[in-house]
Amino acid sequence: MTLATKRAITAYTFLALPLVFFICVRLGPMLYMLVMSFSDWGLLRKQTRFIGLGNYVTIFSDPVFLQSLGNTMRYAIFGAPAVIAISLSIALLLDLIPKGKALFRLIYVLPYITPIVAVSWVWRWMYLQPPLGVINELLMAIGLPAQDFLISPDQALQSIMAVNVWAELGYCTTIFLAGLQTIPKEISEAARIDGANGRQLLFKVTLPLLLPITLFLTVMEGIQFLRIFTQVYNMSFQAMGGPLNSTKSAALYIYQKAFTNFEMAQAASASLVLFVIIMTVTAIQLKFFDKKMNY
Amino acid sequence: MKARKGLIFTVLIFLAVVAAGAQTVTITYWQYFYESKVKLVDELIKKFEAANPGIKVEQVTFPYESFNQKVAASIPAGEGPDVITLFYGWLPMYVKGGYLQELPPAEFNKAYFDKTYYPFVAESVDFGGKYYSAPTAVRTLALIWNKKLFKEAGYDPNTPPRTLEELVAYAKKLSKFDAQGNLVQSGLLMQPSGQGHSWLREVLFRQFGNLPYSADYRKVSYTDANGVAAFKWYTDLITKDKVGYPNFATDDVTAFKAGKGAMNIDGSFRIATLNAVKDLEWGVAELPSYKGIKSNYASYWTHGIVSGTKGKKLEASIKFLKYLTSPEVQELWLERVGELPATPALSEKYKNDPVVQPFLKGLAYAKASLFVDEAGQRTVFVDMIDEVVLKKADPAAVLKAAAAKEQAIIDNFWK
Repeated sequence: MTLATKRAITAYTFLALPLVFFICVRLGPMLYMLVMSFSDWGLLRKQTRFIGLGNYVTIFSDPVFLQSLGNTMRYAIFGAPAVIAISLSIALLLDLIPKGKALFRLIYVLPYITPIVAVSWVWRWMYLQPPLGVINELLMAIGLPAQDFLISPDQALQSIMAVNVWAELGYCTTIFLAGLQTIPKEISEAARIDGANGRQLLFKVTLPLLLPITLFLTVMEGIQFLRIFTQVYNMSFQAMGGPLNSTKSAALYIYQKAFTNFEMAQAASASLVLFVIIMTVTAIQLKFFDKKMNY
Repeated sequence: MKARKGLIFTVLIFLAVVAAGAQTVTITYWQYFYESKVKLVDELIKKFEAANPGIKVEQVTFPYESFNQKVAASIPAGEGPDVITLFYGWLPMYVKGGYLQELPPAEFNKAYFDKTYYPFVAESVDFGGKYYSAPTAVRTLALIWNKKLFKEAGYDPNTPPRTLEELVAYAKKLSKFDAQGNLVQSGLLMQPSGQGHSWLREVLFRQFGNLPYSADYRKVSYTDANGVAAFKWYTDLITKDKVGYPNFATDDVTAFKAGKGAMNIDGSFRIATLNAVKDLEWGVAELPSYKGIKSNYASYWTHGIVSGTKGKKLEASIKFLKYLTSPEVQELWLERVGELPATPALSEKYKNDPVVQPFLKGLAYAKASLFVDEAGQRTVFVDMIDEVVLKKADPAAVLKAAAAKEQAIIDNFWK
């Protein structure tokens, strides 16, 4: 055995460990879930039978499940692009300032490193109605009417989404800043010598060069918003995803099916549906950006 | 010589271990975390162990929110408790799921429950003549009010409203608004997800002349004209009179403790919580009557033994369950937790206690709803009130749709 093979074997051995872990705690349960989604497994049922596509019929005829899917799409379609756009703007602005960059970066990253449960509860209190909520006090101080926020079925979803956008900004801004620093100075200088103005520089040079990072962040944020749970669980009253299911995400629906109704198989089917949606959305994103990344 | 000593020593230790193992039985007891209850049970366990050498009891608690989850996940896996305290509304679900075992019928039978407990308890623990659990304490609803806010509004702080008409008048006068018209002090806290849904379900419907369910609670019947009138009366308090709304100042208990709510409908289990708030002067009265009709909602937590417990553990568990439901513990439970004794005779001596008395009076005519899915049926009520309050939907239509939803939950359980 040559030294190289020995080394390779050692490397494989070490790499196998995470693989075993992955198979045992990820892949195994996932396959089990797939199988169980065709059964009527429930914690309160003594026997488990196989019922084919029965669970899928049940959940797709449940208006609450359809509503939770709709809510999930709204979180993702509005939330993820908002995070990307705002964090990119912040990163571009931070790139311009000569001093205090570290301080600003710290400020923007703080919400991201704060535990999300704490963030959710503080915002929940800030969103409260008069006379307790800070945000409504501010609105009223400048003469605007107090808003319902979390107790209104029309505003609650946006209120929760806004908090998640705010919390995610720190992460995306940091990555974008790192990306901006990898753009070679020579390229922008060359463009300037060729007579490019600020806007041309941004749209023709900086943004195209940031495309791989934008792709990465869009995929990550898309997934993040599609499986939103903790914020909804903590910010809706009694963790119900209300009022009137208006904030309930697919992940919260799955949780309630499994741990409030103990309908494990239905929860498994819903998980699988969410899994397929996340995979499809991610695949579309990858395809879309792949075409554009031909520089 | 040395070797022999060592051998004797080893044999002795071995014998000691065997003897101890044969004598001591350890059973596990689960309840949800409610501070006064957990502390009391810790003391009770010490007393029980002293009186029953050879039995050890371990208490394990979980937060209310995750209690059901832990129960449902652990018991089928055989890793749960031996003795467990459950909300009575969860019993049908767990009995049907085979989680609990029948208590020895020689002792726990119809005659025993009829003799020992309030009628609503005896009815709601009976599963076709089989009994799976027995409670220590019961709770009812009452009107509680903030005496300071009554004085501020010019009311006698010791005279609460006695009828629903008076209740509305008081609530309106006790509500305060800011310049924009936002409610800043609630005259009557309206929290359907708290006790509000039970007040509507078992009290208001009946007071308006409706019978909300069939006798066995398998048929929903609150959609007649009287039912609609009761529902509309409730939602009008929120939409027209604006004396309160769901989740005002996070929830009714928080609002009342903070002095932001003048009146609330709450349970006897809140006595200890409210007594702990400094500078809060509060009173308790029987629920307001309507057209001379009184009604109340009673509920309780009840102790059962899980199906997997056998042999010596089962014997010990039955002993512990009997101790938990004994007259001695029932009285301690009232003193420390504020929940009323489940045996009527034990309440006699508290007849004149100003805080306990109104709750006791309610017990005489209270109903305990027979839930099949307590969380699901509560959500139906919370949502139907939200439909009217937040979406301005027509109360009669909403009530009809909600009744169909609740009926579906019930039918699905019994099918």
